[in-house]
Amino acid sequence: MAINWFKYSAPSTFYGAAGKMIPWFAASSALLFILGLYLGFFVAPTDVQQSEAYRIMFIHVPVSILSMLIYLVMAGYAALGLIFNTRLSAMMASSLAPTGALFAFLSLWTGALWGKPMWGAWWVWDARLTSELILLFLYLGFIALHASIDDPRRADRASALLAIIGSVNVPIIYFSVQWWNTLHQGATIKLTGTTMHVAMQQSLLVMFLACWLYVITMALLRVRSIILERERNNQWVMELTEMKP
Amino acid sequence: MNWSEFFAMKGYGLYVWGSYGMAMLVFIIEIVMVRHRRTLIVQRLRQMRDAASNV
Repeated sequence: MAINWFKYSAPSTFYGAAGKMIPWFAASSALLFILGLYLGFFVAPTDVQQSEAYRIMFIHVPVSILSMLIYLVMAGYAALGLIFNTRLSAMMASSLAPTGALFAFLSLWTGALWGKPMWGAWWVWDARLTSELILLFLYLGFIALHASIDDPRRADRASALLAIIGSVNVPIIYFSVQWWNTLHQGATIKLTGTTMHVAMQQSLLVMFLACWLYVITMALLRVRSIILERERNNQWVMELTEMKP
Repeated sequence: MNWSEFFAMKGYGLYVWGSYGMAMLVFIIEIVMVRHRRTLIVQRLRQMRDAASNV
């Protein structure tokens, strides 16, 4: 298939394409959230060891996985922007950072609320928890660094460097439960199979997809504003239908 | 199962609903902020255009 990908890397083309895609991502995310919560609260059985407290898993696991995944995608876009000097890549990286920070925060928050009844502590300085906290600081550092440099192209390059260097933290979070003795449990779902109840697996998967589509929706919504902010001196921006009185 | 039993979550209600409640709050705040950012930039662009056409 001969799709000209560079055509879509032009902010003016992507602006319109993103606008068309947003309603689909938003609607499917909302539907999957409803389905996922239904499965998680009304179909999945009570856990033998953790009683009802384990239901925190259906939000904690998706936001935690995505907080790492968003970081890698953000660092990937930042790297593309640095190598090919494409404006849109840097804009996508900036667009993903706030959502990533919120997901890292939610991972820590839901983790604390799960840790308290199960471990007896809201927080422990454990490898998994500490490296996730560092991830939150990396997101905040990326946002702050980008905001502190006036020239947007220079801001893109500086924050891209931070994003790329910071990505070494992601495998550290992921493998922390294997590399160190941690209070945090290891992976329950492995390539070799899982001992988890099938309804629990389904709700986890559906909630993960719902959160993923939410992230895409937010990233596309935010990048449209970023495009307008940064391309404001271009004629095509002034000719948009939303500019009509 | 009745609703009060459901919300009690066998004594884990605070933890379970505290998790889902915060997630919902964060999502709502993010959606409001993203929409606000768009309103601001569209307003600003209109002002720029009007200022340019009045010269």
